[in-house]
Amino acid sequence: MTTSAIVDMITVVIDGFEVSVPKGTLVIRAAEQLGIQIPRFCDHPLLDPVGACRQCLVDIEINGRAFPKPQASCTIPVEPGMIVKTQLTSAVADKAQKGVMELLLINHPLDCPVCDKGGECPLQNQAMSTGRTETRFEGVKRTFEKPINISSQVLLDRERCVLCARCTRFSDQIASDPFITLNERGALQQVGIYEKQPFKSYFSGNAVQICPVGALTGASYRFRARPFDLVSTPSACEHCASGCDMRTDVRRGKTLRRLAGDDASVNEEWNCDKGRWAFKYVTAVDRLTHPLVRNGAGVLVQASWPEALAAAAKGLKENTSAVLVGGRATYEDAYGYSKFARVGLGTNDVDFRSRLSSDEECEFLAAYVVRTSTTYRDIDRADQVLLVGFEPEEESPIVFLRLNKQFRKRALKVTAIASKLSIGVEKLKGDFVKVAPGQEAAAVAKQTLNAKSIILVGERACESAGLLTAVAALADSTGAKIAWIPRRAGERGALEAGAIGNLLPGGRPVADAAARVDIAAVWGVPSLPTTIGRSSDEIFAAVNAGTVGALLVGGVDPLDGLHSDDALRALDKAFVVALEIAPSEVTMRADVVLPVAAITEKSGSFLNWEGRARSFDAAVHDSLNRSDLRILSMIAQEMGTSLNLGTVTAAAKEITSLGAWDGERATMTSVSPAQAPSVSGDQFILTSWRRLLDLGTLQQGEENLAGTARQTVAVISPGRAKSMGVVDGELLKISTSHGSVTLAALVEDIHDDAIWAPRNSRGSQLLVNLGIGHGDVVTVVKI
Amino acid sequence: MSKLTPVLSAHWDEKDSFTIEAYTRHGGYSAAKKALAMEPDAVIQLVKDSGLRGRGGAGFPTGMKWGFIPQGDNKDHYLVVNADESEPGTCKDMPLLMANPHVLVEGCIIACHAIRAKHAFIYIRGEVTHVVRRLNQAIEDAYKAGHLGNGVDVVLHVGAGAYICGEETALLDSLEGFRGQPRLRPPFPAIAGLYARPTVVNNVESISAVPAIINNGAEWYQSMGTEKSKGATLYSLSGHVNNPGQFEAPLGITLREILELAGGIRTGHTLKFWTPGGSSTPIFTQDHLDTPLDYEGVAAAGSMLGTKALQIFDETTCVVRAVLRWTEFYKHESCGKCTPCREGTWWLVQILRDLEAGKGTEADLAKLLDLCDNIMGRSFCALGDGATSPITSSIKYFRDEYIAHMTQGGCPFDPVASTLFVGAGV
Repeated sequence: MTTSAIVDMITVVIDGFEVSVPKGTLVIRAAEQLGIQIPRFCDHPLLDPVGACRQCLVDIEINGRAFPKPQASCTIPVEPGMIVKTQLTSAVADKAQKGVMELLLINHPLDCPVCDKGGECPLQNQAMSTGRTETRFEGVKRTFEKPINISSQVLLDRERCVLCARCTRFSDQIASDPFITLNERGALQQVGIYEKQPFKSYFSGNAVQICPVGALTGASYRFRARPFDLVSTPSACEHCASGCDMRTDVRRGKTLRRLAGDDASVNEEWNCDKGRWAFKYVTAVDRLTHPLVRNGAGVLVQASWPEALAAAAKGLKENTSAVLVGGRATYEDAYGYSKFARVGLGTNDVDFRSRLSSDEECEFLAAYVVRTSTTYRDIDRADQVLLVGFEPEEESPIVFLRLNKQFRKRALKVTAIASKLSIGVEKLKGDFVKVAPGQEAAAVAKQTLNAKSIILVGERACESAGLLTAVAALADSTGAKIAWIPRRAGERGALEAGAIGNLLPGGRPVADAAARVDIAAVWGVPSLPTTIGRSSDEIFAAVNAGTVGALLVGGVDPLDGLHSDDALRALDKAFVVALEIAPSEVTMRADVVLPVAAITEKSGSFLNWEGRARSFDAAVHDSLNRSDLRILSMIAQEMGTSLNLGTVTAAAKEITSLGAWDGERATMTSVSPAQAPSVSGDQFILTSWRRLLDLGTLQQGEENLAGTARQTVAVISPGRAKSMGVVDGELLKISTSHGSVTLAALVEDIHDDAIWAPRNSRGSQLLVNLGIGHGDVVTVVKI
Repeated sequence: MSKLTPVLSAHWDEKDSFTIEAYTRHGGYSAAKKALAMEPDAVIQLVKDSGLRGRGGAGFPTGMKWGFIPQGDNKDHYLVVNADESEPGTCKDMPLLMANPHVLVEGCIIACHAIRAKHAFIYIRGEVTHVVRRLNQAIEDAYKAGHLGNGVDVVLHVGAGAYICGEETALLDSLEGFRGQPRLRPPFPAIAGLYARPTVVNNVESISAVPAIINNGAEWYQSMGTEKSKGATLYSLSGHVNNPGQFEAPLGITLREILELAGGIRTGHTLKFWTPGGSSTPIFTQDHLDTPLDYEGVAAAGSMLGTKALQIFDETTCVVRAVLRWTEFYKHESCGKCTPCREGTWWLVQILRDLEAGKGTEADLAKLLDLCDNIMGRSFCALGDGATSPITSSIKYFRDEYIAHMTQGGCPFDPVASTLFVGAGV
């Protein structure tokens, strides 16, 4: 689809130079086109103009008529016949800017030497360009107590604040979390929070990043480094499938902070707090650093690499083996696992879905997702967006920001099919189609979409039988585009890399002989296994049944599945080779543990939900840890086969040389929805999802971030609350035959039959505690 | 007393002037009836023809402002009356509302008809509880009498005591429930004002002038005033005069004439300086006694007509002290949105305090003027400009007095001498 929008161009003269810019461009940005930097604080290209700081004053005349006084260039769009004189050519503008700079500094503390921002501070830099060398202010500065916490992870120094309102405008206009505002007036004006509602926004770190002074600082980074001691590396976020561009700042081999990078087509200039602050797991004290091998006494002991590789190869070779790779592998690593299963182990038993999954999903992914591309740009152009099994704010926050942008800009219609109204959907003023858990398919079938609509399907859609079938049918009948948005950063890459039982790399169906020949030729092997591979759950079951004897496991948490008891039993039973960064439920049961590099220690790429690749280099160079890919190659070598994937570059090259499958796309078998379970008395149907900030492995060790997680609650409807005599805050015990959790009640907009609780939050790890996640009946009693 | 033209204030001396009975007795609400029978555009034209200009300070032609409201746009329109009278020295709207609140209510009905609005909001400053009560009563009586509620509703909103809320866009934010801070323009209120709907914001006195214009015609109104400043207006005289108060007179009258009506300067004293339109307008001296007090005349003499708040100071007053007090007011009232006003007033006060205490130098005076130059015309709204006016104008006329503070190491004046209780043995 090509759109050739005709843009009206306007030519203006700035400091004697002509420049043509699209209609609506602000003067300050037109000047940027010429390389003329007008100093500014409150101006931010992604926020609405406010004209508050007055730093960007310039002289303007239009068709010979001059404004009587200098104008804020950040608020005035260009007009035909406009002549602008900036500080470079107008003495008035120059004095105005110097005057404002002087005023900004009178109440600013001279604490640059101890300020985190010192060295990368717009105020410091512009004070150099536009300020006086010596102060004329001999009076008393305004003082405040400093710093104060406005959340557990954001600190506010009100003395340093220049009141540009970037932070408050970001929170309001971009995140729709107006939890910080400007309070008081005059020079006592200050950023503040409502005392009962701290700055608990998933996006609060952006406010810190765009603060043009050191007023907002992150608690975890405060006083840790000077900017000029940091080495910055462009990176990709490993936390979710949004695909953010990031920057990782490292000091002496240690990651000290991560910032949102600029990618206008993906995250613009934003990211979420998890992506920004959850990186301590990399430097956790219990990181695995040496290979471990279980000795004759059954104890894991440190071993040399040759020893460990030999043990791993032996165990995998002697048994019928399968591969489990979590959804966090890079594209290249996933490709390595995919190839290793086929070439090294001769099986299609490889699955990246370390979570709830279904066969329906496998077929849906093959038929509707792999090799397709729906993009952020499509959201920008969509006439409406349908959310199915997907809570954007919790599960892919940058998708939420994009939806929110379009909602605020043009009232984009968002419809959510779910059992509970989420905070995110509420912010998007979305249509909430309320269904009982498990009955989503029928509601999907009733939606009226068209070719300009988009269906955003979350990974949880597989938890409701027939739902993906209904989504496929809706897309087929209306022409709406499907985008599948998994939670984890590596899942889309793993899908494209064929780390799943029914697909080979490039979306080639395993069942298609021509596809197998294609791959076999490139891989230089006579043939590839023909049996469709099994899912993670089926593989665990096979181990327990004795038909699979060894597992190669990378980055999997067995507690993320529906049958964690079975999984743990299988891990106990099988010969397990674990590739991990830190001790886990898998490594403690493994026979060989091979330490691998964390994301900042290796290069690679992620494919985000769009299928867009973002590659990155190692940010930490002196790590001794190797990538999964390298280790897989070494095991294969030891087994007597060759992966020929010694480096990430080699893998990337091979993936490119494979290309995408141009043959027939696999089709999907229809699955019927399940009957709604009937609930009565104290019974409810459970529904849940993971929150952005929860007990996720990669958030470990970051307490400041954890402090802003949403409260763990169990949500029931007003009707059921009334009949149960329950009010907010009272405790509810939710039980299944498997176990129970006790949570504080919250009465909200949810289907009468349903009860919602977070899937993996403090006090509510439903898959472990209850053994279920969505659509099954629980008993709830007030205690 | 021939100079006075009491229209708004014609019956203020009657005991029951504020009641609906008194207002009706003198022909009240007949203008509304007449206007409602006219085409809205004809009402706008009549007001345009009358030459009525905004009485809130800026003097923008009222009829033209009404004409900016888009017609036939199928949107709600609103009339907002600015009754947030907070300018130091200004005391015209509050007495008017105390003595004759119904004239504003009737003006609202006519203005709403003209601009096709169904709702008028009166934003009144929060401190004047007595005026709020009286206006509330008037609105209630107008509803009972059927003047309101049949196509026009009036809502009285009480502010919370912020000078900035007299700025029309800050007023709209405050009215919507937000902090009162001025909005970025464009969009102007006529396009996107209250609740982002086309809105006219007018001063109390401007709206109150309308009923008489409807009743007596544009020519009658044009017959008063000067060439470009038509009609009559309320001048509020305060300070060192024998009979302070409100004087309704044609535009273009001089202070000398008003002083005659007011019984002159405090007996035994002479005029030193005065403000033509409140503390935000550059001060005048006795050289300006014959300056015509209309929009053009005052502007030509280097100040602004503003709210016609004539604050009179005699020779006992220390100009530095007076200016410091005003500046402290602006510092207190700066909303904080923009840098020049927020930081500038913080600094101005500190320099002026030193100057008043005799701790300043001539360099400080130069710094003060340079600072004013960096605030004037650089701030977001006119509050910052207003804060500099008394400083720059006072240095212009009374530089010697500033120097005297330096050479004498303190204020040469006895502050008690300027008070009303001087000699009372207090």
